[in-house]
Amino acid sequence: MNTVAPADPAQSAGSAHPLAHRRPLGDRTFQILALVAGLLVLVILILIAVSTAQQSTSWFTTAGASGIFSIDWDPANNHFGAMSFVFGTVITSVIAIAIAVPVSVAIALLLTDVVSRRWSQPIVYVIDLLAVVPSVVWGLWGILVLVPWLQNSIYGHIGNVLNGVPVLGNLFGPPVSGAAFFTAGVILAIMITPIITSLSREVIATVPAIDKEGAYALGATRWEMIRGAVWPHSQGGVLGAVLIGLGRAMGETIAAALVIGSSATITSHLLAPGYSIPAVIANQFGEASGVFRSALIGMGLFLFAITIIVNLVARGIVERSARRMRGA
Amino acid sequence: MAATANPGPGQPTVDLREPAGWRRTKNQFATIVMWAAFVITLIPLVLVLYTVIQKGASAISWQFLTGGPIPPNVLPLGVGGMGPAVIGTLEITGLAALMAIPLGVLGGVYLNEYGGTSWLAQLLAFLSDVMTGVPSIVMGLFIFTIWILHFGYSGVAGAFALACLMLPIVIRSTFEMLRLVPDSLRQGSYALGATKARVTVTVVLPAAIGGIVSGSLLAVARAAGETAPLLFTILTVEATNTNIFSGANTALSTQIFVNATSPYVGAESRAWGSALALIAMAFILIIIARVVTARFTRYTR
Repeated sequence: MNTVAPADPAQSAGSAHPLAHRRPLGDRTFQILALVAGLLVLVILILIAVSTAQQSTSWFTTAGASGIFSIDWDPANNHFGAMSFVFGTVITSVIAIAIAVPVSVAIALLLTDVVSRRWSQPIVYVIDLLAVVPSVVWGLWGILVLVPWLQNSIYGHIGNVLNGVPVLGNLFGPPVSGAAFFTAGVILAIMITPIITSLSREVIATVPAIDKEGAYALGATRWEMIRGAVWPHSQGGVLGAVLIGLGRAMGETIAAALVIGSSATITSHLLAPGYSIPAVIANQFGEASGVFRSALIGMGLFLFAITIIVNLVARGIVERSARRMRGA
Repeated sequence: MAATANPGPGQPTVDLREPAGWRRTKNQFATIVMWAAFVITLIPLVLVLYTVIQKGASAISWQFLTGGPIPPNVLPLGVGGMGPAVIGTLEITGLAALMAIPLGVLGGVYLNEYGGTSWLAQLLAFLSDVMTGVPSIVMGLFIFTIWILHFGYSGVAGAFALACLMLPIVIRSTFEMLRLVPDSLRQGSYALGATKARVTVTVVLPAAIGGIVSGSLLAVARAAGETAPLLFTILTVEATNTNIFSGANTALSTQIFVNATSPYVGAESRAWGSALALIAMAFILIIIARVVTARFTRYTR
C-alpha cells in the first residue's frame, strides 16, 4: 500500500535518499487509528457474544435443555422456559413479513418502473419518514389508539363472524383482544416496510435497461415487462431484503412490548395476547436478578445469534445476486 | 382485436396497437395495486403524525420542556415538566455522537483508503453491514453485562449503547461516500508530495463531507429515538442529572415507554408531549441532513 504514498517533501529535504526514507510518524499513526476503528466492529461483535454468553451460563446450567425448551415461564418458582417467547417472536415476524413484503415490493416497483425520477425522490422521503418515527412512538400510538380501535371495531366482528369456522375460527375466533400477536405483527410490518422497500429498490434498479427495452420491443405491457425482465433478475436480491426485514422484525422491542399483550402463552389464536423475546426482556429485566436475569440475557444471546445468522445469509444472497448481475 | 394489419398469406397476425383486452386490464390493475401499496403505507404515517401532533401540542409548553422534576404519574399535566428527560436525551445522544462519529469516519477511511480489496477490509465491511441488523435491545444487554455490572447505571453507559448502534451506520455511509471520490483527486495530491494521511484528511474527506455529515445526522436521528438500549443502562430518574458519568439518568424515549402503559390522564399527556418533542428533534436532524446533502454533496451515485 506504500506504492502510492511517497515521502513528505517537507521532511525529506535533508535526507540523502529522499524517496527511501521512513514514512512520517503522523502518517503511520493515522493508519493505525483507522485500522483500530475498523476493527472495533469485529471487537464489539465478539464482545457481545462473549459477555452475554458468560452472563447467561447460570440459566443454561440450572434449567438444562429441557428447562430452556419448555413453555413453563414462572419466575416466582424459578421456571424459565423460553418456548412461548420463541413462538411469539416467530408468529409476529411471520405476520409482519406477510404484510410488509407485498407492499414493499410493490412500492419498490412503483419507484423504479412506474413513476418518473422527479416523483420517485419525494415518495422515497415519505417512506423513509416511517423509519424516522421512533419505535416507542409507534408503540405509544399502538397501545393508546390502534389497540382500542381494533378491539372495538374490527376484532370483535371478525371473532363473531369466524366463530366455529374451521381453521379460520381457530386463528381469528373469540376470545379476541386488541393487544395481540396480530396487532404486534401489523405494527412491525409498518416499521420494516422502509428497509425492505429501499433494499428491494436498490436491487431492482440494477436490472439492465436493455432487458427492459427488449421486453417492451417484443410488445410486452409494463406488467409483462416486470414479470419477464425485472423479476427474474431481482428475485435473489429481494429475498435478501426480505430476510433483512425479518431480522429487524424479530429484534424490534419497544413497539412489540407495548402492543403484544404480555402473556406467555402458545396458542393458535392470532387475536389473543402473547409475548415475544425482546418484549419480555424489555418488560421484565428491571425486576430480574440471579437466574431470572441470566435467562433474559440468554434469550438476548439467542436473539443476537439468530439475527446475525439471518443477516449473514441475507447479505450473502444480496452480494451474490449483485455479482451475478454485474457478470450478466 | 377488431382491426388488425392485413397479413400476407401464411404470415401470423401482427397487432401493433396498444395491447388491448385482458393484457391491458392486467397491466392497469398492476399499476393500481402499486399505487395502492403506497397509499396503504401513508395511512399509518399520517395517522401517527396527526395523533402525536394533536395530542402532543396540547401538552407541550415551555414549562413542559424545561420544567422539572418529572412528577409521579398520578399527577395532572400542569405539575413539573419533562426537562430532566429533554436534558438526558440531549446529553446521552450528544455523547454517543461524539464517540461514534469520529470512530465511524475513521473506520470508513480504513475500509476505503487503507483496506482496499484486502480480505480484512472486505470482512469488516461485511460485518459492519451485519452489525446494523443487531437488535437495539441486544446492545442494551451488552452494555449492561460489560459496564453496568461493574460501574453501575449512568448516562455514559446509555451513550455507549447508542454509539454501538450508530457506529456501523456511520462506517457504512462514510465508506459509500469515500468510494465516490474520484482517484484523480488522490493522485493529484500524491503528485504534490503529500502523505497518505494528509491526502485523506485534507483532500478526500472534505470532498465527501456532505454525504458523511448527512449520513451521521441520520444515524443520530435514529439513535435519539431509541428506547430499548437505554432501559437497562440509564434507568429512569425524576430529577435532572447533569453528571453524565455517574448516577442514573433519564430520557424522553424511556419516559414515553414508562408513561404509555399508565392509566392516568396526566401520564398519557406527558407521553404524547414527549413523543412530539422526540419526533420534532428527529425531523429537525433529518431536514438538516437533507439540506446538507443538497448543498454540500459533490459526488453522487
